[in-house]
Amino acid sequence: MSVFNQSRSNIIRLIFLGLFLIIVVQLFNLQIIQGKYKQLAMDNAVFAKVKYPDRGIIYDRKNRPILNNTIMYDLVVVPNEARKTDTFGLCEILGIDTAEFKKRILEARIKNGPYRPSIFEDLLEPQLQARLDENIWKFPGFALVERPVRVYPFNAAAHIMGYIGEADSNIIKRSGGFYHMGDYVGRNGMEAYYERVLMGQRGVEFLLKDNKNRLVGNYEKGRFDTPAIRGRNLHTYIDIELQQLAEKLISGKVGSVVALDPKTGGILAMASGPNFDPNALTGPDKQTNYTKMVLDVSAPLLNRAIKGQYPPGSTYKPLGALIALDEGVISPSSGIGCTGAYYGCNRVVRCTEHWQGHSANLRLSIAWSCNSFFSDVFRRTLDNPAYHSSRAGLVKWTEYMRAFGMGHRIGVDLPSEDGGNVPDTTQYDKEYRRSWNSCTMVTIGIGQDKLTVTPLQMANTMAIIANKGFYYIPHFVKNIENETEKDTVLNKFRQKHEVLTHIPDDVYEIVQDGMQDVVENGTAKVARIPGINICAKTGTAENKRGLDGKVIQLKDNSMFVCFAPREDPKICVAVVVENAGYGATWAAPIGSLIVEKYLTDSLRTERMAEVKRISEANIMPDFLPRVQFITDSTRAWKWFNLTKDSAYIRKYMPTHNGIRRTAPLPASNVVTSVRDQMINKNLYAKRSTTDKNNP
Amino acid sequence: MNNQRNPTISKGVDTTLIWLYLLLVAIGLLSIFSVTYHEGDDVLRSFLNFKTDYSKQLIFFAVSLLIGLFILLTDSKFFTATANIWYAFGILLLLLVFPFHTNVHGTESIIRLGGFNLQPAELAKLFVCLALAKYLSRVETDFNKTSSHLMAAGIIFLPALITIAQKETGLALVFLAFFLVMFREGLPAGYLIVGFSLAVLVVATLLLDKNVLAIILTAIAILTIYFGWRFTRQRRELVIIVAVVWACCVGVQRFAVPFIFTKVLQKHQVERIFSLIGRENPYAKLNTVEGDEAPVAVKKDTDYNVRQSKIAIGSGGFAGRGFLKGTQTRFDFVPEQRTDFIFCTIGEGFGFIGCVAVLGIYIFLLLRIVNMAERQRSVFSRCYAYGVASVFFFHIAINICMTIGLAPVIGIPLPFISYGGTSLISFSTMLFILVRLDADRQMVLR
Repeated sequence: MSVFNQSRSNIIRLIFLGLFLIIVVQLFNLQIIQGKYKQLAMDNAVFAKVKYPDRGIIYDRKNRPILNNTIMYDLVVVPNEARKTDTFGLCEILGIDTAEFKKRILEARIKNGPYRPSIFEDLLEPQLQARLDENIWKFPGFALVERPVRVYPFNAAAHIMGYIGEADSNIIKRSGGFYHMGDYVGRNGMEAYYERVLMGQRGVEFLLKDNKNRLVGNYEKGRFDTPAIRGRNLHTYIDIELQQLAEKLISGKVGSVVALDPKTGGILAMASGPNFDPNALTGPDKQTNYTKMVLDVSAPLLNRAIKGQYPPGSTYKPLGALIALDEGVISPSSGIGCTGAYYGCNRVVRCTEHWQGHSANLRLSIAWSCNSFFSDVFRRTLDNPAYHSSRAGLVKWTEYMRAFGMGHRIGVDLPSEDGGNVPDTTQYDKEYRRSWNSCTMVTIGIGQDKLTVTPLQMANTMAIIANKGFYYIPHFVKNIENETEKDTVLNKFRQKHEVLTHIPDDVYEIVQDGMQDVVENGTAKVARIPGINICAKTGTAENKRGLDGKVIQLKDNSMFVCFAPREDPKICVAVVVENAGYGATWAAPIGSLIVEKYLTDSLRTERMAEVKRISEANIMPDFLPRVQFITDSTRAWKWFNLTKDSAYIRKYMPTHNGIRRTAPLPASNVVTSVRDQMINKNLYAKRSTTDKNNP
Repeated sequence: MNNQRNPTISKGVDTTLIWLYLLLVAIGLLSIFSVTYHEGDDVLRSFLNFKTDYSKQLIFFAVSLLIGLFILLTDSKFFTATANIWYAFGILLLLLVFPFHTNVHGTESIIRLGGFNLQPAELAKLFVCLALAKYLSRVETDFNKTSSHLMAAGIIFLPALITIAQKETGLALVFLAFFLVMFREGLPAGYLIVGFSLAVLVVATLLLDKNVLAIILTAIAILTIYFGWRFTRQRRELVIIVAVVWACCVGVQRFAVPFIFTKVLQKHQVERIFSLIGRENPYAKLNTVEGDEAPVAVKKDTDYNVRQSKIAIGSGGFAGRGFLKGTQTRFDFVPEQRTDFIFCTIGEGFGFIGCVAVLGIYIFLLLRIVNMAERQRSVFSRCYAYGVASVFFFHIAINICMTIGLAPVIGIPLPFISYGGTSLISFSTMLFILVRLDADRQMVLR
């Protein structure tokens, strides 16, 4: 029987072989024909981890680091490994309750998944970090992770340095995919302007991950990794001690101090008041501090040196004289007979000096800051017989001003600079319907009218006078570490701007004589420093603002510009103190202290009292508290309208006999209509969305 | 012959088979090693501390060799004499599972003995192999009779049904392999034709819409009657036979398959089958009435195993990524890596060449066993050898097919390579008994 069926053994052999053949064919298909599986396996198992480079460091002119990198610690958690952690112990150390703990764990789970670390609390205080470090063994799943943070050893130069922050979706979109989520980007100041230099080059590390996305090691022993390249350092002109002094002097005031080196255009110091400690925006409280400053109406975050726009007042006068000299409409010996006012136009321009002869020539007029003389100079510039009309004269004057770096952004190496305003023909055409003459804007001659400049531009005009006709665009960075041909960012700062070409040196001497007289026996006697010849000009500009429906006259802005020493100018200074009165009271002493500090590298002991007096003086404008109240209560009212949450608005409700009135705010017609509109808008929005869902 | 007088165990032993066996176990150990090993592990120490999988497998291997030695020292007649007792013992073990089983991975087929998990269903294959050989080799068995066919089928299906009751459908399917033995021993071809047709019908049921299939079946029936009309005189019988066959087919298609898929098979097995053929499970609704899982999630999960396994094998390419270089297998992307999906390790590490080499070893082993079977004088030995070949073949073919997406995922191990004590020991025992019987091939055993 079995012999009978022997042929069937061959059938069985065939079945075996047949099935194995099918398997081989399928293997051939999977492993050789279809190429996609290799990539799929790579996607599964290889994780490209971005390695962040250290950001570059910024040094001052004596190679002291103005900002530096340090390590702070974040507490991170891997949710799935944190199940057996001592929740109560951790909550006690961090000072949170268990509900908050659970909330954060849940957030971490949503953000990065249960097997990957997420930040539980960032930027721990050193004390907290030490306590956690001791007890971290009690909290499985939690770990302290290093995080590089900027630190400012001199607590200074906040406005110049700016700050860094995580790239938001806007920045990512604008960069065209250059930045990724979680990248740190310079958000303001030099951090932003020199972002590409400071940031360095990201590296990539290929890591292996397992089926639960846990990282388990390097891929191919790091053969494909690219190391991160450290950001390059910047060497600046800033003198950090001078910067500290400037900030000290401007604190408690609204205003600005700018000091620059006329020979190079390098900015030695730039302070803006009110100011803040840059370290406030790096540590654990950075968010709170930032919010507080954003909501403050005195705007401590604003860099007034490049964003404050002031009428230059009398500080413009030497410049006005130089334009006229360059155009040849006056000579150093030109003079007028001023007796206290300028009557050349229909209106009267008053002068502070009445005695005969204070405007006999250019030098005296500058020294005594004669309004009549400079009104006349300005009119001569416009009504230049070389041109046919005052229109052409104004065009020419505008050209000069723009060449001096005014009326447009001067191009300093900081973002979001403002340009001030140099009025041109279109502005007057618009306002006066083309019927104007040199009398219309005669007060430009004394730095008023529509002319506004930033303190940085004011300092730059001093550089032009000190250099006798040229300037370099003011800037901070002297050089970039390992600078190459490709670093074009500094090129424009190394280009000389020759702006006054027709004035011989001896005429400059006359202007500088006048400016030196200002310090020797004029309005800025307080600025005198023995042994140093300072050329200066004070300025005072009128100041008005609207408050509660009325226009109120504020104290004048106090201004001071100077350069020193006269023979070999090394420093130009511009100081503006808002609402402080005459230029000589606050601005001149500040400027003088800056000059002395820079030129002699220290201050005389008797000057310390002056430093103390100025730095402790609080001359913040009186109207600020009222403005703060209006702004805050308006915000609270908007909040109340949006959310019906009265928690904030209550604070601003008028009280009667110490008892809070419970009645709602007076519902005037205007207010209700606005509110109704908002409500209607809300309802409309709701309806339209539901319509979309159920058409 | 004279082996009682001269009991050297090496006499007549087929050394080729032993070498193939050792080669496969070595490949298995290396594969398990490459799954479990992490960079920086002290290899020698972990091999000796018997805590890692590969060192445990090494112990199982040693135990297998010890059992093999005992088997080679045993008289061949012992196996014929005790075959039925072993079978009874096997059934008893299977039944003992019900009161004494432990819950491991959702199966109810494991008895825990000290530190060792015993799975009687694995051992049952050996006992069925012996018992079937014993039955077929009886002088009084006339395998032309239907009653004998039923008896043989009974021997096979009894343990298979118990295994199904233990929710190990995969292991139960292995018993189907024994039909190859019966086929060799003269099972009429009609059985195979019916069986094959039934398989085609079931696959068609799964692939086609039930009404479309019913129409096709009816069309085939009508065409058969139409063409058969001219060739036969017994037209009434023709109509009756066609009608009965048609009714059976529709019955299977309409009622039997849905019944099996909703009541007999486990939900995850149904999902695996449908994920293999790439269709939504039409019985999902019927399934989820009692269950609480969402069918979508289940589907994704069942896809995952096979997809990862295919990625692992596919990423091996022609020459493989190298030993210990495979990311898929080394970082647990493939579930059940060491046991059912061990073939991935070979596919990823050694590529097409490695896979074909392993398959070559297997086919060489299988053909060797078939050749050995054909050289036996005694029917018992031949049947036993065919039983071993069939079981090995079924395991190898189904296991590899499921890793490359040709068969549904049923958890059966790859002989000698997969990690697992019971399976290695039972496969080894089967092989060594074969070697023992083969050594005495000149004897006629009854």
